[in-house]
Amino acid sequence: MSSCRKVLLTLTLMAVAGLAGAQGSAKYPGVGRDATPKEVAAWDIDVRPDFKGLPAGSGTVAKGQDVWEAKCAQCHGIFGESNEVFNPLIGGTSADDIKTGRVAKLKDPEGGRTTFMKVATLSTVWDYINRAMPWTAPKSLTTDEVYSVTAFLLNLAGVVPDNFTLSNKNMGEVQARMPNRNGMQTRHDMWPGNEFGGTKKPDTANVACMKNCSTEPTVASFLPDFARDAHGNLLEQNRTVGPQRGADTSKPEGKAGSPGAATAAPMVVAQATTDAKTTGAKPDAAATDGKAALALANKNGCMVCHGLGNKIVGPALTDIAKKYPGKADYLAGKIKSGGSGLWGPIPMPPQTLSDADARTIAAWLASGAAK
Amino acid sequence: MKQQDITSGRVQKAPENFLSKDGIKTVFAEARGGRRDFIRSAFAAVAAGAAAPLAMAQGNPVPPEGGDPFILELPEHAKGLGLGVATDGYGKPSKFESNVQRRQSPGLTQTTQASVSFAPLQSLFGIVTPSGLHFERHHQGWWDIDPSKHRFMVNGMVKAAKVFTMDEIMRLPSVSRFHFIECGANTAAEWGNVAVPTVQYTHGMISCSEFTGVPLITLLELAGADLKNGKFVLAEGGEGSSMTRTIPMSLILSGEVIVAYGQNGEMLRPENGYPLRLVVPGVQGVSWVKYLRRVEVGDKPYATKDEAIHYIDLQPDGMHRQYTNLQECKSVVTTPSGGQVLLDKGFYNITGLAWSGKGKIRKVDVSVDGGRNWRPARLETPVMSKALSRFNIDWVWDGKPALIQSRATDDTGFVQPTYKQLRAVRGTRSIYHNNAIQSWLVQENGEIKNVQLS
Repeated sequence: MSSCRKVLLTLTLMAVAGLAGAQGSAKYPGVGRDATPKEVAAWDIDVRPDFKGLPAGSGTVAKGQDVWEAKCAQCHGIFGESNEVFNPLIGGTSADDIKTGRVAKLKDPEGGRTTFMKVATLSTVWDYINRAMPWTAPKSLTTDEVYSVTAFLLNLAGVVPDNFTLSNKNMGEVQARMPNRNGMQTRHDMWPGNEFGGTKKPDTANVACMKNCSTEPTVASFLPDFARDAHGNLLEQNRTVGPQRGADTSKPEGKAGSPGAATAAPMVVAQATTDAKTTGAKPDAAATDGKAALALANKNGCMVCHGLGNKIVGPALTDIAKKYPGKADYLAGKIKSGGSGLWGPIPMPPQTLSDADARTIAAWLASGAAK
Repeated sequence: MKQQDITSGRVQKAPENFLSKDGIKTVFAEARGGRRDFIRSAFAAVAAGAAAPLAMAQGNPVPPEGGDPFILELPEHAKGLGLGVATDGYGKPSKFESNVQRRQSPGLTQTTQASVSFAPLQSLFGIVTPSGLHFERHHQGWWDIDPSKHRFMVNGMVKAAKVFTMDEIMRLPSVSRFHFIECGANTAAEWGNVAVPTVQYTHGMISCSEFTGVPLITLLELAGADLKNGKFVLAEGGEGSSMTRTIPMSLILSGEVIVAYGQNGEMLRPENGYPLRLVVPGVQGVSWVKYLRRVEVGDKPYATKDEAIHYIDLQPDGMHRQYTNLQECKSVVTTPSGGQVLLDKGFYNITGLAWSGKGKIRKVDVSVDGGRNWRPARLETPVMSKALSRFNIDWVWDGKPALIQSRATDDTGFVQPTYKQLRAVRGTRSIYHNNAIQSWLVQENGEIKNVQLS
């Protein structure tokens, strides 16, 4: 398009929309334009603790339970208690906490923490479910579904009764019953401004002593021997050249008094491994298929609930492969239709991936789920 | 020269002149492959020979043959023709560097989409993190977003809500600045006790880059923002989690907060928010919202999920500290460090990183006796505000156990605390903002362990 025509077109568009004065600014002419009310409404979805931004709507605990079991329970558990995929949402709060607004269990040094033990602001729960849930299909819930699910969670936490209807009109009353509503403080120096009336004084005050400082260099904590290779072989996590090598944690530790002896030879092995990777044999066709199928499984969210070799919520993919060798059609159908009861209590919802993807993944599973 | 041009004459052509381009490549590849096998076996022999007499700290002893085969026998690369330009349109590290990778900590998270990968600090030099090794933190998976379809909106307490295309943002006056980004949960696993083996896992949720972009204040002014009453700005991402965080207006007014598209001379990497992310110097990484789609000017904070459920610091009395944004002064020795083995006694350069969310690093002291005596390290230049600083100090290892620590002081005079001091006020369940002094134990066998003292 010639620049003349572009200018003309812009002028025409501006005239049509009546936006002539809204293009750019005096300082930066031509940069940025006014957002339309429709555009702002599409994106401005946040809800503040004072409920500014909260849309009108309502939902019951009962409706929330339906939505929950269909769309949320597979990750969070039927009662929001599961820690298999995410931290538990529900548990650890009491009727007394609802009175005091402080969750007593947070003082327990051994205790875990659930979302409802921590969160002080009801708006946070509503806003987050609305913007980011469900995990694999964020922003797909209707406003009333968000109210419903929030009501269901509040019910599980004992904040509202079974027959409760949550709406934009009573969020404030429910806020006054949040178990940890008085559990936050901002008396610290880690906010850059003065807005929260914090302090400017750090809470620790070390001094830079240089000689004969009082300290007790006793080793009080270290990794136990059995955890030596818990993060893989550290030899392979360090450069193969330089003043030091990674420790070969696939072997027991080297003897005292022989620095480097345990590493010098393995270093060469590590290099050999690297070379084998770059110059090694051509990948065979089956391996490529495995990679492609695994990528598909990842892309379609299967790996959220199924580990390749480990159970998450659903069974390990390799366990499925073991149970259904050669049954590609059956597995493709199962992927599309979902199911429950075969592997555990948590149902797998029907999956919306394409038939072709489902068939590829099923064929790969039926042939052994090799990497 | 074309092949038909040299058909006459008596000079024998070199064999490769009879081969096609692909054939030449194969010959070269095979030659190199064979050479590597030779190097491997030679090196194994040297290593085996050296393992016995460790008497003197000589890292590179003269072999019995009277000379180093790598010197005496010229390698292929000294006697042949190397590769041409643009073999790889976007160059990659040497294949010998394949151990240098960002990594997940096993068992830390159940999903890879709400997870972290740690930068390999033990293998990095200077203060800039290569973009491909930058630590990752995703809340609902990462995306590679088409920049021509990405929009940025300013709304809230403004005269007129505005939208910008990437083209428009990149037309505005830009700044380029070096800053560190550290996850608030960096070193979280170590609050109670030692939990992970290496500096990659203890401190690897930090990276430092040169960021290029437009000061956020410029975009707020373009929208006619109420800079007096609008004390808070909500930043929101455009991906599934639509990540939201409250940003202090005071920091935006200082001009430090940048709407960035550039990182280390190229565009942001997709894992780091391509095409647009917020840069909030000194503040924990979660506020550096990726895939930035919107900022909203408001008069109250937002208590978003990641400032009301996560990224809140549990104190011993059961209260949570909320809006703990700043990353306090901290340092760590990156080599020698946990999970490494010193090859021999003798001279070493102890090196590490120091940073402060409140300004510049003033000094770093290093101890090799567990904190009884300290020596000031050399601070390498440039030393920049809210950026990583590199320190180095000479050390001769005598083969006896040593406890290596570093202790940073920033230009507010704040001194990095010990674990004892930090736990005395915050307990051990805070998760976030662990800036304690790190200890590495060098054992007599040369292997280095992550330890905590008491």
